[in-house]
Amino acid sequence: MTAVEAVRCTGRVLPGWRTALLVVEERWFWYRRNWRATAISSLLQPLLFLVAFGVGFGSLIDAGGRAVQFTGGVSYLVYLAPALLVIGAVQTAAFESTYPILSAFKWQRTYWAVTATPVTSGQLAGGQLTWIALRLTLSAAAYLLVVTLFGAMQGLGILVALVCAVLCGMAFSAPLVAFSASQEGEGTVFAAVFRFVVVPMTLFSGTFFPISQLPGLIQPLAWISPLWHGTELARGAALGTVALWPAVGHVAYLSALLLVGVLLSRWRFRVRLTQ
Amino acid sequence: MSAIRQMPPEAAPPRFGLLLRVLPPGLYAGRSRAVILRSSIASRSVWLAIFSGFFEPLFFLVAMGQGLGSLVGAVPGPDGQPLSYAAFIAPGLLAASAMNGAVYDATFGFFMKLKYAKLYDAMLATPLGPVDIAVGEIGWALIRGGMYATGFLTVMLALGLISSPWALLALPAALFVAFAFAALGMAATSFMRSWHDFDLVQLAVLPMFLFSATFFPLSVYPPALQWLVQAFPLYHAVALMRGLTTGVVGASMLGHLAYFVVMAAFGTVVASRRLRFLLLR
Repeated sequence: MTAVEAVRCTGRVLPGWRTALLVVEERWFWYRRNWRATAISSLLQPLLFLVAFGVGFGSLIDAGGRAVQFTGGVSYLVYLAPALLVIGAVQTAAFESTYPILSAFKWQRTYWAVTATPVTSGQLAGGQLTWIALRLTLSAAAYLLVVTLFGAMQGLGILVALVCAVLCGMAFSAPLVAFSASQEGEGTVFAAVFRFVVVPMTLFSGTFFPISQLPGLIQPLAWISPLWHGTELARGAALGTVALWPAVGHVAYLSALLLVGVLLSRWRFRVRLTQ
Repeated sequence: MSAIRQMPPEAAPPRFGLLLRVLPPGLYAGRSRAVILRSSIASRSVWLAIFSGFFEPLFFLVAMGQGLGSLVGAVPGPDGQPLSYAAFIAPGLLAASAMNGAVYDATFGFFMKLKYAKLYDAMLATPLGPVDIAVGEIGWALIRGGMYATGFLTVMLALGLISSPWALLALPAALFVAFAFAALGMAATSFMRSWHDFDLVQLAVLPMFLFSATFFPLSVYPPALQWLVQAFPLYHAVALMRGLTTGVVGASMLGHLAYFVVMAAFGTVVASRRLRFLLLR
């Protein structure tokens, strides 16, 4: 009888961040084939809003001359362009953080397949969030490219605005991913999330008009909306009107939301995938 | 044997109406109420999604009417008289929400039930025929749309955005517009193969919502584009609603209405032919 040979494990557990990148690679592999379906919602939607409100509605506003007091002298189109960049990021984030997450837990069950490998639930959550950030960066960059050709934005400020938009999108996305990861139902609650959170947020966060035009009761609601902070940052960066301390405050608020969201997501992923 | 003859009177076949004698047997059982009942029971589990439908046009009205209105002041109304911005967009939002609700139900909802839930196959295994299903589904969609439109018109009245008793007709007009969009949407859905095709629905609905003189008057467009805008159905719905709520009613109203009569007829014919093909082949 020969001695039993010890079987050497040939697989190698990768360090945490590389594992998260594997999750990103998996998402990218899917997206490379299916990106066309997202072009309408991620790119065309903000562009159509820009044309309708920036050009169509803007022609009413610019002719009236009342707009100069709040746009700081620029045309309404230029005033609107960076804000719609942030709205686009938040809307894409809202979509990417709801149905695809629930689907991967419940309908396609890809998360269960991933965590059957050496990838941990925390790395999976990190990879998923990294993917959403990458996705937001891609669609925001595509929007910026088109808008710059339009002539609605110029200067290096737009690159700062891009970073602000992605930060804002992620500050909204991370807590929402944690929420979606806790859902057991068929996702009908997401319709309410879109109608009672996303739509009011896009309307009341200073995108189309400064929040000072809102009734006094609604204004504090804008302060808790990440979109308002992101819009103030991105518009300030693009128009060059940003002041230091307000900017620090906005970045701090968005970063805090992002951090809390990441921690909550990791926790919800762990609870659901290792129970 | 005698037990069969002593069936309670409720189980007797329904009275044969005119429609029943006109239609070929098997297509219509006169029981579309059962389909409406089914929808209303099923809606209990998604009540939040249905309830929230009231609020979307309201949010737009408050944000745009108040916020944008304070920037733009008055805009020219249908007769050229200046109109407050809130009173200008409110009928536009009423028309747009009639379109959005109807299109959503008739495309995504219908496709889901047709292809995935196989709801209609299950219904056809009962005495229900395709006409019962069509009438029942459309009836439920109109009940829902009617509730939304009533709610929105009440809010408009409370905010003082209605300046004419003609606005009473805005409710049936909204229902008819919704019916025409639903019929066309259902006809389009019957040709769809997968979810990817629904991007085309988005591609049709979103530009119409933004560019059909909903948020700014037609006069801001150059003449060539004005013709293009007027070719799309939502423009006619918006013009119809705006004329009724501001009391500027003329012969052009009949033109707008005719557009929807043609659209509803076309949609209904195509949808019913396609459904017969899809469900009873």
